[in-house]
Amino acid sequence: MKTKTVKNIRVVVDKCNGCRACETICSAFHAQPRYSSNNPDRSRIRIIHEPLKNIYIPVYAGEYTPAECSGRNKYTIDGKDYDECAFCRAACPSRGLFKEPDSGLPLSCDMCQNDPTLEKPMCVQWCLAEALVYETREIPVADDEVTKDELEVGVAALVNNFGMEKLLDIVNRMSRKG
Amino acid sequence: MRFAETGFNLEVDLTRGNIERVESDPSWTEQHLGGLGTNARIMYERVTPDIKAFDPENLLIFGTGLLCGTPAPGANRTILTTISPQTDLLAYSMMGGFFAPELKYAGYDKIIFRGKSPKLVYLWIHNDKVELRDAEHLRGKGSMETAEAIKKELNEPKAHVAAIGLAGENRVYFASIEQGRSSASRLGIGGVMGDKGLKAVVVRGSRDINVAKPQEMFERCQRVLNYIQFREENPVKGVHAIAECLGSPQEMRIIDEEWHTTSFVWGNARTRRKDFWTPEIEEKWAGTQEKARKRLISCYNCPMKCGAIISMDGQANYMMKCFTKLTYTMAAFSDLDFGFRIAQKATEYGIDGYSGPQVMAFALELKEAGILEDHWFEGMPDDNEGKFYWLLDRIVRREGIGDILADGTHWAAEKIGKGAMAYAHNNIKKHEQVPLKLGMLNPVYFLMYATGEKNCITQIEGQFPQSPFDDLELRKEFVKDWHQVPDEKFKDYLMGWNTRGENSNPYYPTVEMSCDIVDWQERMHYIDDAMGVCAGLSSFPLKPPYHMHSYPGIISAASGVELDEDKLTTIARRNRTLVRAFNNRRGMTRADDAPPENHWKKRFPELEKELLEAYYKFRGFNENGIPTKETLVNFGLDFVAEDLIERGILKETAEAVAAE
Repeated sequence: MKTKTVKNIRVVVDKCNGCRACETICSAFHAQPRYSSNNPDRSRIRIIHEPLKNIYIPVYAGEYTPAECSGRNKYTIDGKDYDECAFCRAACPSRGLFKEPDSGLPLSCDMCQNDPTLEKPMCVQWCLAEALVYETREIPVADDEVTKDELEVGVAALVNNFGMEKLLDIVNRMSRKG
Repeated sequence: MRFAETGFNLEVDLTRGNIERVESDPSWTEQHLGGLGTNARIMYERVTPDIKAFDPENLLIFGTGLLCGTPAPGANRTILTTISPQTDLLAYSMMGGFFAPELKYAGYDKIIFRGKSPKLVYLWIHNDKVELRDAEHLRGKGSMETAEAIKKELNEPKAHVAAIGLAGENRVYFASIEQGRSSASRLGIGGVMGDKGLKAVVVRGSRDINVAKPQEMFERCQRVLNYIQFREENPVKGVHAIAECLGSPQEMRIIDEEWHTTSFVWGNARTRRKDFWTPEIEEKWAGTQEKARKRLISCYNCPMKCGAIISMDGQANYMMKCFTKLTYTMAAFSDLDFGFRIAQKATEYGIDGYSGPQVMAFALELKEAGILEDHWFEGMPDDNEGKFYWLLDRIVRREGIGDILADGTHWAAEKIGKGAMAYAHNNIKKHEQVPLKLGMLNPVYFLMYATGEKNCITQIEGQFPQSPFDDLELRKEFVKDWHQVPDEKFKDYLMGWNTRGENSNPYYPTVEMSCDIVDWQERMHYIDDAMGVCAGLSSFPLKPPYHMHSYPGIISAASGVELDEDKLTTIARRNRTLVRAFNNRRGMTRADDAPPENHWKKRFPELEKELLEAYYKFRGFNENGIPTKETLVNFGLDFVAEDLIERGILKETAEAVAAE
């Protein structure tokens, strides 16, 4: 199986002490000019926390999504109830997380893109509790090359559905259009 | 543009329900920096000595430190200032947690409350939207219950709540203000909040805090973090476990409590149990603590894990830190399981973990001595733990004997009479102290206990070791990388300090050295209190990341106020002098500067007199412990000098003093 190398942040939930240093430094790093201001609401990492329930989940911002999920779930882990959104990284209409407080535009973690590249993203550097671990991982990639055998199965299905004549007409027309 | 601070305070008149956003004077930042410094300035200008704790004119100030909300690690302290109902002097308890940075992000440096609300209310601050909301439905609710209920009704899970429990509502003189994992406990600030009809202050902010020199600020913060990590890996050698590392004493992490349980005193600050700590106790307490502790937790932007989530079977979870772990246990001669259990209730009720247990042990001693008759205790269970729960319930409700005890040991003893005052024996300026009774007088500690305006030794001490190292090699190793000293002479002081014989307590450190050492320790605390930096990363532990050499740069980079070590020292001393003058104006004099009589077995009246007088001289106070006109004018506090002279507290000239 093919793999590709990605860099990401592993979140060790058990080690988070809820100090939110990650939020502080993220917002400072991404301020313009850099470090000139500080505001956790602009941070691309947030700690979802409910101290009395011992829930601490650092979540870093993923992609923007224009629609919220239909139907939410609850997870119960070690007797604690988590909302599904607790683990979700999306900037989504259903919540205020990962949006610029002024404009409402979505925020997304860029792993502290910088020139030269930082050794580790800032949130990882400032997490002395080691709840955030920067790591390189190999992840499997779907094989995108389709064999002729596989293609033949698909074409046979089309012939079966629409008849050979129609299919040839279409192939003929498409090939003339170039 | 203002840097590090927002430049705005909220003025809330609770009597009329009026709220105003008022720009603060930037020159005050230059003079006092922020936090306690500017709080004290406001108090001096607006709270005259005729105003008592429970008068509507008394202010209750929630002040943030200057560095709160910037990336400076550990800058998260809220400094609360008001008049203490117990001492009638300035009360300035503090709390960590998340409140101060959140208030900054909402756009305010301070909230200044005055007046009294006719109905129980809470203040809800969400950036520009600030409103007083009805809190009658929260009356009688615990501090944590209140916080959870408010977050739910506002649908603001990220809001931070500072709330009082039943004790504050009932104006208990040692009621605290509780805020998540932290609390402002000392000197009865929660009682003032309750008297003002204010159940809670709730804040949510999403604005920026700007710093003056961004890149430099970042680099200096990074250095602080790096040094914290270095200290984690390099604990101080030759000191007891809880003094090895940074943070407030790591009571939630550390199981080994031999030092506290055998050096501190049990009951009503009476009994030392030198043989208490045994392997059996250690095993039992380890079991209790490991089961109860769900997670070690921090305050805002601080890597230290001084707090913990505590979960006891059959009780709601709560958060704890530091020495409250042992105060109830030791006052009741009980064990850790009891300590964790009663602290949960006490946190909901909102009382000070130092004063509370001592008041209860005091009551039981008075009963034993026959000074308080049995009828006061009708219905009290027979077992020790039961007695404490029963007393706690009476005190926070001010029922029966609880109404008398709720004023603290001093005022209770005065009311009870019949020699009860001898049992209120562990107070300074009418306020209960850490239960510690020692043999030989330590001159540095004598001065700190006697003159420390904070009335709580852990918020005065630090930096210089509490006792000498026996081993010369350990001393050498300790001073080797002791770059925190403001002056090399402190290394010599420590090198020369012996455990016995020549150069030992009480005559060494000498009077002069003692003044220097106290000045250094106080200075660091006064800077922290202006900055909102936790003492646990600065003035309290040995070899911290924030110190006299690292502070000026970080403050300048954050705020743009140009500083060097001399200027910063002057500001710290100015703030210290202002707090002193405020208390002098309320009648505090030299006579009040006294540690509990039995704090040390061996006392040295002549030496103590000499120490006190030398310290006054060092500080520029007169023989009565009042800052002289010259001192005040040198600090730019001319208005204070004029005021004290006008009130007859200070004489115009030295000749006038001599003539008297």
